[in-house]
Amino acid sequence: MTTQAFLELSINASFVMVMVSLAVAFVRLAIGPTLADRVVALDMMTVTIIAVCGVAAVATSVAALLDVALVLALVGFLATVALARFAERRDERRKEAKND
Amino acid sequence: MTDILISIFLLLGGFFALIAAIGVLRLPDVLTRMHASTKAGVLGSSLILIGVALYLQQTEISVRVIAIILFLMLTSPIGAHMIGRASVRDPKTKGSIDDLAD
Repeated sequence: MTTQAFLELSINASFVMVMVSLAVAFVRLAIGPTLADRVVALDMMTVTIIAVCGVAAVATSVAALLDVALVLALVGFLATVALARFAERRDERRKEAKND
Repeated sequence: MTDILISIFLLLGGFFALIAAIGVLRLPDVLTRMHASTKAGVLGSSLILIGVALYLQQTEISVRVIAIILFLMLTSPIGAHMIGRASVRDPKTKGSIDDLAD
Protein backbone atom coordinates (compact mmCIF):
# COMPACT_ATOMS: atom_id res chain seq x y z
CA MET A 1 0.00 0.00 0.00
CA THR A 2 1.41 3.42 -0.92
CA THR A 3 1.44 6.24 1.60
CA GLN A 4 -1.01 8.18 -0.59
CA ALA A 5 -3.56 5.37 -0.39
CA PHE A 6 -3.03 5.13 3.37
CA LEU A 7 -3.69 8.87 3.70
CA GLU A 8 -6.94 8.54 1.70
CA LEU A 9 -8.00 5.61 3.86
CA SER A 10 -7.27 7.44 7.10
CA ILE A 11 -9.11 10.56 5.88
CA ASN A 12 -12.19 8.42 5.24
CA ALA A 13 -11.82 6.58 8.55
CA SER A 14 -11.48 9.78 10.58
CA PHE A 15 -14.47 11.27 8.72
CA VAL A 16 -16.51 8.27 9.82
CA MET A 17 -15.28 8.48 13.43
CA VAL A 18 -15.95 12.21 13.72
CA MET A 19 -19.42 11.88 12.18
CA VAL A 20 -20.30 8.98 14.51
CA SER A 21 -19.22 11.07 17.50
CA LEU A 22 -21.38 13.95 16.22
CA ALA A 23 -24.37 11.60 16.04
CA VAL A 24 -23.71 10.20 19.52
CA ALA A 25 -23.46 13.71 20.98
CA PHE A 26 -26.76 14.52 19.27
CA VAL A 27 -28.36 11.54 21.02
CA ARG A 28 -27.26 13.04 24.36
CA LEU A 29 -28.67 16.40 23.22
CA ALA A 30 -32.03 14.75 22.53
CA ILE A 31 -32.36 12.60 25.67
CA GLY A 32 -30.32 14.66 28.19
CA PRO A 33 -32.50 14.94 31.28
CA THR A 34 -31.47 18.44 32.45
CA LEU A 35 -30.63 21.68 30.66
CA ALA A 36 -26.97 21.40 31.72
CA ASP A 37 -26.70 18.02 29.94
CA ARG A 38 -27.99 19.60 26.75
CA VAL A 39 -25.55 22.50 27.02
CA VAL A 40 -22.68 20.04 27.48
CA ALA A 41 -23.84 18.08 24.42
CA LEU A 42 -24.06 21.27 22.34
CA ASP A 43 -20.54 22.27 23.41
CA MET A 44 -19.30 18.81 22.44
CA MET A 45 -21.04 19.10 19.05
CA THR A 46 -19.39 22.48 18.38
CA VAL A 47 -15.93 21.08 19.12
CA THR A 48 -16.70 18.05 16.92
CA ILE A 49 -17.82 20.27 14.04
CA ILE A 50 -14.46 22.08 14.28
CA ALA A 51 -12.84 18.68 13.83
CA VAL A 52 -15.14 18.01 10.84
CA CYS A 53 -13.93 21.28 9.28
CA GLY A 54 -10.35 20.13 9.78
CA VAL A 55 -10.90 16.76 8.13
CA ALA A 56 -12.79 18.41 5.26
CA ALA A 57 -9.90 20.86 4.79
CA VAL A 58 -7.52 17.91 4.39
CA ALA A 59 -9.92 16.02 2.11
CA THR A 60 -10.58 18.92 -0.27
CA SER A 61 -7.43 21.11 0.25
CA VAL A 62 -9.68 24.15 0.75
CA ALA A 63 -7.91 26.39 3.27
CA ALA A 64 -10.98 28.59 3.81
CA LEU A 65 -12.55 25.82 5.92
CA LEU A 66 -10.13 26.76 8.69
CA ASP A 67 -11.71 30.22 8.86
CA VAL A 68 -15.04 28.47 9.36
CA ALA A 69 -13.49 26.49 12.22
CA LEU A 70 -12.09 29.65 13.83
CA VAL A 71 -15.42 31.48 13.70
CA LEU A 72 -17.19 28.38 15.00
CA ALA A 73 -14.84 28.23 17.99
CA LEU A 74 -15.62 31.88 18.81
CA VAL A 75 -19.41 31.56 18.40
CA GLY A 76 -19.56 28.21 20.21
CA PHE A 77 -17.91 29.70 23.29
CA LEU A 78 -20.38 32.57 23.33
CA ALA A 79 -23.31 30.15 23.01
CA THR A 80 -22.03 28.00 25.88
CA VAL A 81 -21.52 30.99 28.17
CA ALA A 82 -24.94 32.45 27.34
CA LEU A 83 -26.75 29.16 27.95
CA ALA A 84 -24.87 28.57 31.22
CA ARG A 85 -25.78 32.05 32.49
CA PHE A 86 -29.39 31.41 31.48
CA ALA A 87 -29.45 28.09 33.36
CA GLU A 88 -27.97 29.72 36.45
CA ARG A 89 -30.35 32.66 36.48
CA ARG A 90 -33.48 30.62 35.80
CA ASP A 91 -34.00 29.52 39.41
CA GLU A 92 -33.44 33.00 40.81
CA ARG A 93 -36.00 34.37 38.42
CA ARG A 94 -38.43 31.62 39.41
CA LYS A 95 -37.99 32.50 43.09
CA GLU A 96 -38.53 36.19 42.39
CA ALA A 97 -41.70 35.38 40.45
CA LYS A 98 -42.99 33.38 43.40
CA ASN A 99 -42.32 36.22 45.87
CA ASP A 100 -44.13 38.80 43.79
CA MET B 1 6.69 10.04 5.27
CA THR B 2 4.68 13.21 5.94
CA ASP B 3 1.57 11.41 4.66
CA ILE B 4 1.93 8.74 7.33
CA LEU B 5 2.39 11.41 10.04
CA ILE B 6 -0.74 13.25 8.83
CA SER B 7 -2.66 9.96 8.80
CA ILE B 8 -1.60 9.18 12.35
CA PHE B 9 -2.70 12.63 13.56
CA LEU B 10 -6.07 12.36 11.79
CA LEU B 11 -6.77 8.85 13.08
CA LEU B 12 -5.77 9.74 16.65
CA GLY B 13 -7.95 12.86 16.53
CA GLY B 14 -10.95 10.91 15.27
CA PHE B 15 -10.37 8.26 17.93
CA PHE B 16 -10.31 10.82 20.75
CA ALA B 17 -13.41 12.58 19.38
CA LEU B 18 -15.18 9.22 19.40
CA ILE B 19 -14.03 8.49 22.97
CA ALA B 20 -15.34 11.92 24.06
CA ALA B 21 -18.72 11.30 22.45
CA ILE B 22 -19.05 7.85 24.04
CA GLY B 23 -18.17 9.44 27.38
CA VAL B 24 -20.84 12.12 26.92
CA LEU B 25 -23.40 9.42 26.17
CA ARG B 26 -22.47 6.81 28.79
CA LEU B 27 -21.19 8.59 31.93
CA PRO B 28 -23.66 8.92 34.80
CA ASP B 29 -24.05 12.66 35.62
CA VAL B 30 -23.41 16.17 34.30
CA LEU B 31 -20.00 16.76 35.87
CA THR B 32 -18.50 13.49 34.58
CA ARG B 33 -19.99 14.09 31.13
CA MET B 34 -18.39 17.52 31.11
CA HIS B 35 -15.08 15.93 32.05
CA ALA B 36 -15.29 13.74 28.93
CA SER B 37 -16.42 16.44 26.51
CA THR B 38 -13.96 19.20 27.47
CA LYS B 39 -10.71 17.27 27.76
CA ALA B 40 -11.02 14.46 25.21
CA GLY B 41 -13.01 16.58 22.73
CA VAL B 42 -10.49 19.42 22.68
CA LEU B 43 -7.61 16.95 22.38
CA GLY B 44 -9.29 15.22 19.42
CA SER B 45 -9.97 18.36 17.42
CA SER B 46 -6.51 19.77 18.27
CA LEU B 47 -4.85 16.63 16.87
CA ILE B 48 -6.94 16.85 13.68
CA LEU B 49 -6.05 20.53 13.26
CA ILE B 50 -2.32 19.75 13.69
CA GLY B 51 -2.81 17.20 10.90
CA VAL B 52 -4.31 19.96 8.71
CA ALA B 53 -1.32 22.24 9.40
CA LEU B 54 1.07 19.45 8.40
CA TYR B 55 -0.93 18.70 5.24
CA LEU B 56 -1.32 22.23 3.84
CA GLN B 57 2.13 23.49 5.02
CA GLN B 58 1.59 27.23 4.65
CA THR B 59 2.48 29.83 7.24
CA GLU B 60 -0.93 31.48 7.43
CA ILE B 61 -2.63 28.09 7.83
CA SER B 62 -0.29 27.18 10.68
CA VAL B 63 -0.96 30.50 12.40
CA ARG B 64 -4.68 29.93 12.09
CA VAL B 65 -4.39 26.41 13.47
CA ILE B 66 -2.37 27.64 16.46
CA ALA B 67 -4.96 30.38 17.04
CA ILE B 68 -7.85 27.87 16.99
CA ILE B 69 -6.08 25.45 19.35
CA LEU B 70 -5.11 28.21 21.79
CA PHE B 71 -8.63 29.58 21.74
CA LEU B 72 -10.17 26.15 22.37
CA MET B 73 -7.79 25.47 25.26
CA LEU B 74 -8.50 28.94 26.68
CA THR B 75 -12.29 28.87 26.45
CA SER B 76 -13.35 25.28 27.11
CA PRO B 77 -12.34 25.34 30.83
CA ILE B 78 -14.24 28.62 31.26
CA GLY B 79 -17.36 27.21 29.62
CA ALA B 80 -17.12 23.99 31.62
CA HIS B 81 -16.71 25.96 34.84
CA MET B 82 -19.84 27.99 34.11
CA ILE B 83 -21.95 24.95 33.21
CA GLY B 84 -20.68 23.11 36.27
CA ARG B 85 -21.53 25.99 38.59
CA ALA B 86 -24.99 26.27 37.06
CA SER B 87 -25.66 22.55 37.48
CA VAL B 88 -24.37 22.44 41.05
CA ARG B 89 -26.65 25.34 42.04
CA ASP B 90 -29.63 23.86 40.22
CA PRO B 91 -31.98 22.43 42.90
CA LYS B 92 -33.16 19.69 40.53
CA THR B 93 -29.75 18.08 40.11
CA LYS B 94 -28.47 18.81 43.60
CA GLY B 95 -29.55 15.38 44.84
CA SER B 96 -27.48 13.49 42.26
CA ILE B 97 -24.25 15.35 43.08
CA ASP B 98 -24.72 15.25 46.82
CA ASP B 99 -21.02 15.27 47.79
CA LEU B 100 -20.78 18.93 46.90
CA ALA B 101 -23.89 20.05 48.75
CA ASP B 102 -23.20 22.09 51.85
